[in-house]
Amino acid sequence: MSRPAHPIEHSSDQITKLSSSFSRVPNLTDYAGEYMRFTWRDAWKLLDGLPGGKGYNIAHEAVDRHAAGPRADRVAIRWLGKSGDRRDFTYRDLSEASNRFANALINLGVLPGERVFVLMGRLPELYVAVLGALKARCVVSPLFSAFGPEPIATRVEIGDGRVLVTTLGLYRRKVESVRAKLPGLAHVIVVGDETFEDAGLHAWSALMETASARFTIAPTDPEDMALLHFTSGTTGRPKGAIHVHGAIAAHHMTGIYALDLHDDDIFWCTADPGWVTGTSYGILAPLTNGVTSVVVEAEFDAQTWYSVLQRERVNVWYTAPTAIRMMMRLGSDVVKSYDLSALRFMASVGEPLNPEAVVWGQEAFGIPFHDNWWQTETGGIMIANFAALPIKPGSMGLPLPGITATIVRHVQDGGVDVIDTPMVEGELALRKGWPSMLRGYLKEEERYRKCFVGDWYLTGDLAKRDSDGYFWFVGRADDVIKSAGHLIGPFEVESALMEHPSIAEAAVIGIPDPTVGEVVKAFVALKPGHEPNEDLRKELLGHARKRLGPAVSPKQIDFRANLPKTRSGKIMRRLLRARELGLPEGDLSTLESDEK
Amino acid sequence: MTKAEIRQLALDILSSIAPETDPSALAGHEDIREALDIDSMDFLNFVIALHQRTEIEIPEADYPKLFTLNGVAAYLSQ
Repeated sequence: MSRPAHPIEHSSDQITKLSSSFSRVPNLTDYAGEYMRFTWRDAWKLLDGLPGGKGYNIAHEAVDRHAAGPRADRVAIRWLGKSGDRRDFTYRDLSEASNRFANALINLGVLPGERVFVLMGRLPELYVAVLGALKARCVVSPLFSAFGPEPIATRVEIGDGRVLVTTLGLYRRKVESVRAKLPGLAHVIVVGDETFEDAGLHAWSALMETASARFTIAPTDPEDMALLHFTSGTTGRPKGAIHVHGAIAAHHMTGIYALDLHDDDIFWCTADPGWVTGTSYGILAPLTNGVTSVVVEAEFDAQTWYSVLQRERVNVWYTAPTAIRMMMRLGSDVVKSYDLSALRFMASVGEPLNPEAVVWGQEAFGIPFHDNWWQTETGGIMIANFAALPIKPGSMGLPLPGITATIVRHVQDGGVDVIDTPMVEGELALRKGWPSMLRGYLKEEERYRKCFVGDWYLTGDLAKRDSDGYFWFVGRADDVIKSAGHLIGPFEVESALMEHPSIAEAAVIGIPDPTVGEVVKAFVALKPGHEPNEDLRKELLGHARKRLGPAVSPKQIDFRANLPKTRSGKIMRRLLRARELGLPEGDLSTLESDEK
Repeated sequence: MTKAEIRQLALDILSSIAPETDPSALAGHEDIREALDIDSMDFLNFVIALHQRTEIEIPEADYPKLFTLNGVAAYLSQ
């Protein structure tokens, strides 16, 4: 490896970088100056806009503008298939293919604003479908392919899905059984060339072959809805966070600042496009910045990943704590047996990265992992450890230029006060108005309104800020569970469990786990006439997995005779969690009926 | 243990991790994770259970050898 022997100084609480160690000058070196000078108005100037001043469309910024210029023959997406195949799509290829898909949608009579859901693994067609649908000014909503039929049906129903793009296998296993519940879903487009009798099923290849490769994006207002990302709260059904075409200004800038993307970079974001990271940074940010984006179809395996980094000469890598912790289990010697000399910058997101993992990056790869923070609602990275700045391991970093972050406490009249004192816990809040901020939860005006107090967007995350301005994650303000970087709403899991005839009540919590952050655990009380035993436990586990899929389903199920409840009958998840973890039980004044 | 016994053991463990599936229908070369909707956490539990039941040490580096039933049988019968 050609890396300098001691590029980084490491003290107990800070990793300082020497400017002589940078193989490339980072984009953001003068943080304080850039933070002061930055305006979103200037950021917009880095975008082209649709020809003729007809607004801004994400797909134009991500693909067409490059296809029309000197980057046309640069590889936009390098796809590495499971069985070892490798396909390159240049910006020109991607532009033409997404044109075809946009025309295909229009040929089916799909209208602007209508929702196009995508449900598949990381196949090339996924990227073409997302970009093509954006060109047709449809709203794209990605679904995670490890969801079971119920999470899929719920989201397609809430989102008024008109089109679903999927594979035959996923359709048969996860969609067919719930399709009758989705009368608005007019078209299912199935990747491949299979032909169907059902008029609502279309073969991808047939639609694409008959569609023109020429397409002109119609005028697009930057405030037009572009993406619908589902996320979960403690209560109620999943929420569809609305993002607009103008969000691309934030995808672009955060790619420059937080991921340090340089023009000729090879970039790899390991996140699945079924989640917001895999869309914002697995598709949009690298493309709008005109770099080459590596897409790996296979699931995580540390050694496979190292060979991808080595063979593809990846420069910038964006991954997640669960994967990093699994790599740590394998050890740093394995990493050192690969030539990763092209790797310049590593970032992580999904849940707080523990300090040991940040430092392990340095030991194993010669460079540390840079943790950053954002959520579905923010659309892009808000707080980050930057390439040129010191890292405080365990901290989420500093706010990006254009982002004002603070810590607030709630006061009695429903308002909030900003906490200026360092290291005092409160709720992390962001000053509203950045381009990729959510514009609403679909059909949930009230839940959206509750996210804001005055000028502040409230994140629901508890955090504190140190005297250098670095933010530190403390915990969630609600009961949502973070497992392997995915947000899981306990209500969605409990509802699926409750559908089983034996279950009287169910409560779902997250149990800390050293690898995946939290593991979903369910407590259930049975109806009279049902005995808690191993067979029933297995049956319930299977029941939940079948409906919810492995990403959402509980990994552990415990039986209880009664679950602790308040006077109004609300199950006290927090008490169950405190007891499970041996933590103080807290205020029990509302406890009416205790656990048995 | 014979390869057949190992295979049976693997099937038992898998059916407790993914009870809604029928692991016995798995082809020997099929990727277990994909065929049974086994995520990384489930897979880790699968490996841990194999280790506990056979007392054979399975270093992390060898996990990819256990992605198929044929792989499991070959690895644990060595």
